[in-house]
Amino acid sequence: MGEHALSITLFLVFVAATLGITFWASRNTKDAADYYAGGRSFTGVQNGMAIGGDYMSAASFLGIAGIIALSGYDGFLYSIGFLVAWLVALLLVAELMRNSGKYTMADVLAFRMSPRPVRTAAGVSTIVVSIFYLLAQMVGAGALVGLLFGITSSAGKAGTIVVVGLLMIVYVVVGGMKGTTWVQIVKAVLLMTGAALVTLLVLGRFGFNLSTLLGTAAEQSGKGQAFLEPGLKYGVEAKGLAGKLDLISLGLALVLGTAGLPHILIRFYTVPTAKDARKSVIWGIGIIGTFYLLTLVLGFGAAALVGSEEIAAQNAAGNTAAPQLAERVGQLVFGDIGGTILLAIIAAVAFATILAVVAGLTLASSSSFAHDLYAHVFRRGTATDKEEIRVARIAAFAIGAVSIVLGIFAQNLNVAFLVALAFAVAASGNLPAILYSLFWKRFNTAGAVSAIYGGLTSAVFLVIFSPVVSGAKTSLFPDADFQWFPLENPGLLSIPLGFLAGYIGTVTSKEYRADKYAEIEVRSLTGAGAEKATPH
Amino acid sequence: MTTRQNESSAYEQVQASSEFQELRKRYRNWAFPVTVAFLAWYLLYVVLSGWARDFMGTKLFGNINVALIFGLLQFVSTFLIAWLYSRHAAKRLDPLSDKIRGEMEGSSNG
Repeated sequence: MGEHALSITLFLVFVAATLGITFWASRNTKDAADYYAGGRSFTGVQNGMAIGGDYMSAASFLGIAGIIALSGYDGFLYSIGFLVAWLVALLLVAELMRNSGKYTMADVLAFRMSPRPVRTAAGVSTIVVSIFYLLAQMVGAGALVGLLFGITSSAGKAGTIVVVGLLMIVYVVVGGMKGTTWVQIVKAVLLMTGAALVTLLVLGRFGFNLSTLLGTAAEQSGKGQAFLEPGLKYGVEAKGLAGKLDLISLGLALVLGTAGLPHILIRFYTVPTAKDARKSVIWGIGIIGTFYLLTLVLGFGAAALVGSEEIAAQNAAGNTAAPQLAERVGQLVFGDIGGTILLAIIAAVAFATILAVVAGLTLASSSSFAHDLYAHVFRRGTATDKEEIRVARIAAFAIGAVSIVLGIFAQNLNVAFLVALAFAVAASGNLPAILYSLFWKRFNTAGAVSAIYGGLTSAVFLVIFSPVVSGAKTSLFPDADFQWFPLENPGLLSIPLGFLAGYIGTVTSKEYRADKYAEIEVRSLTGAGAEKATPH
Repeated sequence: MTTRQNESSAYEQVQASSEFQELRKRYRNWAFPVTVAFLAWYLLYVVLSGWARDFMGTKLFGNINVALIFGLLQFVSTFLIAWLYSRHAAKRLDPLSDKIRGEMEGSSNG
């Protein structure tokens, strides 16, 4: 019980500190720009850290370390896709969005088009993507509590999910974007420190020789040199051509999904100018890239020091590899007490990670509900700031409640599946509409609506008929078989379909507004007329 | 505030100006080819991981193989492109966009 008591204490310290920050931030949250965009007054560096905090989810920290620990090199493919993706955001999206939007992704689209159908579509896809992502985090939280806090009963797990859900509701409802951003910053610092500490200890065990670490990992994995080469997870032999195409499909979804994730896109609004948005993405790339290099060591380190078998025995997906490694390396370096302390630290950090990402997602989806669906579609732009924020807070509460309930019932869903689906939907439904809207003169309402719904439905549709849902041992419904689409990730097909739907929708509609394109092009590149920071 | 109609035509005038066209060209001529290049470089890496596993498994020194180096090079290229872009933007884009914005806001705010 000792180790769990320490984990719980550390976690409670984090909760108390972040709640304090949240209530402090709430005193400065007065108008809609404060609530949705933190008054646009964060610096580039602060927002860069918050980008890291929002992005380094449980899937990155626990998931990637776990995949590397079990499948070796193939896990590294995830890290690379997740990182390279940021160049799309940096070069094509971040600054232009900061200059032309206000609070949500839909602002950029609605700028040029008939606002109501476009905002409805963008609002729907924002909420769908966020809920998939949210669900993944909640399920992850439930799955982890067994190891981290010694809670194994299903009532105990449900209780944990309720606590996580309630905390995130408080962060978002009380603190808005200001509170949530500070929570991300604190979490990013803790996560980087924790990961760096364990990485140093692991490397120290191997005399800071990466080659020795890799050799031991290959030996301990029981798979030999293949462990260090691509192919264990995406094996050719096992699945033939489909296995290879699935790899490409996953790669595409990862690299194109990031710039379409709503909770990432709204981060660009929290800084005063496009230059700061650029700076924050560059800081984000530095932090996230460094973090993924650390997870490479964590993953192979877990294979080398804990052993793939022991990790798989604790959690079949490998999600507990990082905490298990922390405990082992702590023991090896500092003795039993060291192991207990290090496990407690990493466990508390992992939980803080989940909590912060969940808060970011809730903020993104409730903002879109209030700003896009309520204020612009339902009230046709007549709602006051006050009414909008009130609805946003109610929506945050409702979305929190829904994800608590879904999180309890979805305990057996595969976390990676949910995250990959969120990325595929973001890449297929959101990214085509955003890019067309910023760069294509002819783009119009029909094009935007068909790009979003076309990409969204083709991604969801293909997943329903993929081996993820039925027809395989690892499926959601292993006993049913209505699978005909061979790939687990729909991106290879659904991303081009999203772009194609947007193209067809555009050229078959007569609407063409050169004046509005002139406005968005000039505004996005020069920042003229962009939303200003709120002075406080 | 002027009416929306007038504002739009002001934007069209700026859009047609040679200064703005230069800014647009500088932005697009950098961002578009680089995007194509890093996506191609990334997809090459993914495709090799799927179709050229023997090559990727070639050991270079110790237990360090081509796949690991290739992956680490993706990190290097990402950091490098981010740095090059921020330099390009600060030198070639920001001064011009600041100037156009200054002119526009100067004329509309009086």
